[in-house]
Amino acid sequence: MSREELEAEFQSKIDAEQRIEPQDWMPEAYRKTLIRQISQHAHSEIVGMLPEGNWITRAPNMRRKMALLAKVQDEAGHGLYLYSAAETLGMSREKMVEDLLSGKAKYSSIFNYPTLTWADMGAIGWLVDGAAIANQVPLCRASYGPYARAMVRVCKEESFHQRQGFDVICTLSKGTPEQKAMAQDALDRWWWPAIMMFGPNDDESPNSARSMKWKIKRFSNDQLRQEFIDMTVPQAELIGLTIPDPDLKWNEGKGQYDFGEINWDEFFNVIKGNGPCNKARLKARNDAHNNGAWVREAAVAYAEKRTNRKNTAKAS
Amino acid sequence: MKNTWPLWEVFIRSKNGLHHKHVGSLHAVDAEMAIENSRDVYTRRSEGISIWVVPSTEVHASNPNEKGSLFDPADDKIYRHPTFYNVPDEVENM
Repeated sequence: MSREELEAEFQSKIDAEQRIEPQDWMPEAYRKTLIRQISQHAHSEIVGMLPEGNWITRAPNMRRKMALLAKVQDEAGHGLYLYSAAETLGMSREKMVEDLLSGKAKYSSIFNYPTLTWADMGAIGWLVDGAAIANQVPLCRASYGPYARAMVRVCKEESFHQRQGFDVICTLSKGTPEQKAMAQDALDRWWWPAIMMFGPNDDESPNSARSMKWKIKRFSNDQLRQEFIDMTVPQAELIGLTIPDPDLKWNEGKGQYDFGEINWDEFFNVIKGNGPCNKARLKARNDAHNNGAWVREAAVAYAEKRTNRKNTAKAS
Repeated sequence: MKNTWPLWEVFIRSKNGLHHKHVGSLHAVDAEMAIENSRDVYTRRSEGISIWVVPSTEVHASNPNEKGSLFDPADDKIYRHPTFYNVPDEVENM
């Protein structure tokens, strides 16, 4: 078959909502786009453990500590589901880890913000995981089979994360005036970075159209952002917190909220590596990798020893 | 082996009576570690009661380019399906 025929067959499969599987023919650009997107997503899960890991030892009680620990463990799991999905496209795990550690690969900018108080555990679960869910639910129908299947598992677990976070922020907002102020402060700091998570405006997002044609992406950045805002504003009202956007207003005609201008300079600046925690996050990942080298070596040595022992037992 | 641990495909039986089902893959030094890691990665919420791990290199797959010649022979044998046969209306359950 000619290249044009292969491409036409590929696109007609996608148009018919059939999934593309690892062995199937696919355009190189589709493969590259997926490798980039899935590995960035995996890196985000791995780096995403750091801001919350910061509070595990200081959780206010045992129940909250165990829940936070379980959530962070899930994120490690999500990273692993996604790395293995990316590997089905011919990308090696080693190379992906290398790109993350060297700073070459990107991950979600949101994780370059610091977690200053316990209330941030609430704001992250509620807003950051909430935004992630809005982004990720449509990915369960992404055209690439292994990615879609990994996302089904991720989404199932993610809803626990959001409720866990909302429970934290809800409890604080019903607490003492100091606790309520803490919750409000966390919302003030996380709101804008959270709505930036949906990415640049549609007219600034050059690859979106192609990803939509390939059904990797189902909704545009602005559509998803609007949906998230419309869903979240009433939740903030319910717990008596104020969203830090003076332009936020219900638009009766459109049936949705109007909201203020996003500071895209900040967004691109954090992506470029100048966010408050970019360097600390990369250092933490590199330290973990380097300090864990002996564990990996010991595991290999132990496996070899075990094999040798089995072989000797067989021989005798 | 030193730098890259082999890849394992993971299959999980969610409860007795059901097949083991492919759930994904992971890296591990040997089968024992692959099972232990699968427990942590794929069954954190009681999703399984039994785990199989198979080295990915041991999975032999049919070639998607030969999908036609491989599966076509089943396409024209409609008599293999119960709907091919007419059953008199009087026969209520068959």
